[in-house]
This record gives sequence, structure tokens and C-alpha cells, in this order.
Amino acid sequence: MSEATYTETLDVSASPAVPFHRIVEVELRKMTDTRSGKWLLITIAVITVLAVGLVLAFAHSQDKVFETFIGIAATPQGFLLPVLGVLLVTSEWSQRAGMTTFTLVPQRRRVLAAKVAAAVLFGLAAIALALVVAALATLLADQPDRWGSYGIGDVGKFALLQTMGILQGLAFGMLFLNSAAAIVTYFVVPIAFSIVTGVVEQLRHVQPWIDLNTSQQPLFGGDGLTGKEWAQLATGTLIWIVLPLAVGAWRMLRAEVK
Amino acid sequence: MVYLVIEVDTVSKTYGSFTALDKVSFRARQGRVTGFLGPNGAGKSTTMRVMVGLTPPTSGTVTIGGHRYADLTNPARHIGTLLDASAQHAGRTGREILALGAKTIGAPSTKVDELLALVGLTGKEAKRRVRHYSLGMRQRLGIAHALLGEPSVLILDEPVNGLDPAGIHWMRVMLRDYAARGCTVLLSSHLLHEVEMIADDIVLIDRGRILWQGAKDDLLSVKGTMVRAVEADALQQALEAEGFSVSAAAQELQVEAEPVEVGSVAARHGITLIELRPAQGAGLEALFLQLTATGAMPAGVQS
Repeated sequence: MSEATYTETLDVSASPAVPFHRIVEVELRKMTDTRSGKWLLITIAVITVLAVGLVLAFAHSQDKVFETFIGIAATPQGFLLPVLGVLLVTSEWSQRAGMTTFTLVPQRRRVLAAKVAAAVLFGLAAIALALVVAALATLLADQPDRWGSYGIGDVGKFALLQTMGILQGLAFGMLFLNSAAAIVTYFVVPIAFSIVTGVVEQLRHVQPWIDLNTSQQPLFGGDGLTGKEWAQLATGTLIWIVLPLAVGAWRMLRAEVK
Repeated sequence: MVYLVIEVDTVSKTYGSFTALDKVSFRARQGRVTGFLGPNGAGKSTTMRVMVGLTPPTSGTVTIGGHRYADLTNPARHIGTLLDASAQHAGRTGREILALGAKTIGAPSTKVDELLALVGLTGKEAKRRVRHYSLGMRQRLGIAHALLGEPSVLILDEPVNGLDPAGIHWMRVMLRDYAARGCTVLLSSHLLHEVEMIADDIVLIDRGRILWQGAKDDLLSVKGTMVRAVEADALQQALEAEGFSVSAAAQELQVEAEPVEVGSVAARHGITLIELRPAQGAGLEALFLQLTATGAMPAGVQS
């Protein structure tokens, strides 16, 4: 086109930016409006109730205390929350819905941050559910010293554990951008790692520093963490959550969406 | 004249040694429908993904009304996009996909029903999961999604694909209406006659390079005359004897002359004409084939 044209600037001042809380709300809703997402959430809730219910029905009376209930609720959640974290990211890529997501919000880091927020919120909801169900079961069992020494610090450790799990799932999802690869790696790597440390004796003394499963063990216990244990938790988190999250974020921010 | 345009400025995209886009530059102007025409694999979709920031270009820039898409904080309020009607979570219902979009960009939820009605998806269809949609239904949903924010610019990748004739007619009317109201419409297609029917301007791309761009009328106005005569051979000889270039095409002759010149030659030689008309309309296909025919024709060319 050879004739002179003058570009008028599109006036965008009248349209307010998409607020962050709305992106988070949409991310939460996207986890509940598909069958896979909905059933995963229902499964997490049902298994939490079921696990606590089984203990309530069949355990020895003296075991029917809050700490047992919360412990039994945490285990299946620990498996399923990371899967939720994985799906939060990978559904955008496997179903190619990301084309829409990133066209509506081209600032991908905002979408990424919203997914982290959504993951944490789902984690907190699961934790709240576990606490409520465990508390109800404790009241029903009505055993002496039923609350034991369980305190706010223990709730914090439990919350930390579950949140770490869902964030690790999210990180692996971003790293692989593929549900199967992310989920398999999430579950296989720790097993492979414990086999390696079982065989290679020299690794055993560094294991708590580099194996997240090992460094997370104190979070299950009733005692507070020592400084060394906190440090080991930090290095494990750095290797297995922060690093994959950073690499995954770098990948997600730059990847071609098609 | 002041135009609000999509400006694609020397955009290149390479994947390793493969050049998907080679210094692509063109404009789509306000109030006009611009057809982005090329065979499959020519680079249309890649160009459109670059426009909205889904694909980072190796070099070059795209501005829409003076803005880079990625700089806009709520782009769908101004620029409606349909890049791939099938790129939706198959497990969501059509209505839910629109509702999510409306919520994200802050459009009123009443917009969802309004647009479902506009694109002709019934309430029952909207409640079905997209997995069960035909391509035509996905295109209608995609158009509705693009219109959620009442945009003044539309970027549509192969929007006509999969639509039935009624749907194609509907799309044509709607896009023409949009352009008439001062919107900028860019649509890609590998279907020649679709672009011919809908577009005002045409950008022709093949193998990542822009071959031609300009007004459709310029592209279509092939100089010459199409003529059919009872004595076709005699007419051809007579015309050639008068120095006109003649080529035989099917039942008729194409002459590089005005119809009146052909008619007078026929009259002087007592030749009976059956049909005499300016050579228009057939031009785009011929040009499309000609421009894209350097080397082997890509397999995807259809008309």
C-alpha cells in the first residue's frame, strides 16, 4: 500500500486491567468445571473422610486421638494434592486451552502467579477439611487425652507439608508441560533416589540434605524441628521445589503456545 | 485519512534451519476486511500467533492500533481473536468456555447468552461438552469468544473452516457488518473464493513470504476480454492478425483487448459471437496459482 497512512492509536484507557484476584478465581474454577478436575477434588475429599472414618471404626480405642486422625488424613492427600498441582498447569497444554488463557492475559507471569495462588488455596482447603474431619472424629471417639499435645505448631507443620506437595506438583507440571511425564516423575524419582542411596553408601549421610522425602520426615513427628532439620528441609525444598519451579517458570514464560 | 491498523513489520521466525516467516510485512486497515490468503503451511497461523504474543518472533514487530499486544492489560476488550477453534478443553461445555472468558476480561455474564444467540448455538448445544461439537460448532463458539469484549479489531484464523454454506453466509454478513461499523477485520483462509467474497484487501502469503498485498479490486481486475464465438478458430486468427494476444481457454478465448475491439473485429469478419464480456473474476485464482507456483505446488492448495 503506497498511499500515506497515519496510524491512530487504539485508546485502551477505558478498559481496566484484569485484576489478579479474577485470574485466581478463573484458575480455581477451571479446576472444578471439567470431569477430571472435579473428580480429583471429590476424590481428595472422599478419601480424607474415608481414611479418618476407617480409623474411627477399626482402630484401637487408645489410638483414636486427634494426632492419629490427622496423620491418616494427611497420607492420601499427600499423594493426590501434587497431582492436582500438576493438572493445574498441564491441562493448559495437553488440551491447548493455554492458547485462550494466554491470549486473554498475555502477561504470562500473572497467569503463573495465579496458578501458584490457586494451588496454595486448594492446598489450604484440603488442610482445613482434614483438620475439621479429624476434629469431628476425635470428638466422636471421645477418648481421654484426645487432643494430646497437638498444637498450632503441629498444624503449621502439617500445612507446610501439604502445601509443599501441591507446589512440587505444580513445579513438575511446569517443568514437563505434560501430565503423564510430570506425575510419573513426581512419584518415581523419590523411589529411584532411595534405591540409589540404599546402594551407594557414601550418599547416605547427605541423603537428608538432598532427599526431600527424608528431610520432610520431621514434619510428620510431634517434636519441633531442630535448626539442622530446618536447614535440611530448606535444601530439599530448594532442589525439589524451588529449582523445578524456576526452570518450569522459565519454560512456561517462553514456550511457544500452539 | 487516519487509519487504525494492524501493522506487521518485517517479522521473521525461524525454527532451526527452517524459515517459517521471512520478513513478513503488511497492514490491515480500519473499516476493511483484510483476507490473509495462502496455502496450508504458508505461515498464516504463525503470523497470527506472533501478533498476539503466543509465538515469539525471531525478529520484527507487530503493533495493533499502535500497541504491542503483550503490553495490553486487558487485550480482549479491544482485540477479538480466534486462533484455533479446537484449542479448548474438550471437557468443558461451550457455555462454560464463554463464561470463563467473560469472567476473565470482566465482561457482563449476560454477554454469554447474547453471543450464544448471535452465533446460533442453542441452549442445549451450549450445555454440551466441546468434545461433542462439530468443527462448525467450534468455529461458532470461537467467534462468540472473540466477540466477548466487544472488540474493534478482529483477528480470525480460518474462521470459515468447517462451516456449512449457511454458516459461511452468516460469517460473511457479520464480518462485513463489523467492518462497515469501523472495525478492523483480519481473517486468514486457504480458500480462494471465500477471501474473494469477504475481503476488501488481500495479503497473499506463501512459504513464509508475502507475495502480494493490496485491494481486492486491483487483484481481480485482469485486463482483457473473454469471448465465445461459433467460428472460434476464425476469430482467433482474425484477432491475432490484428496484433492482439489471444489464448484459448476451455470453450472460450481470452483476448488482451477491450470488449469493443474484439466485437468490431468479429463484425468485420462476419463472425457470430455467443458471449462477450470483460475478463474479471477468474483473476484471483489464476494469480494465486501463478504466484504460488514457483516450484512444486504445495499439497494443501484447494479452491
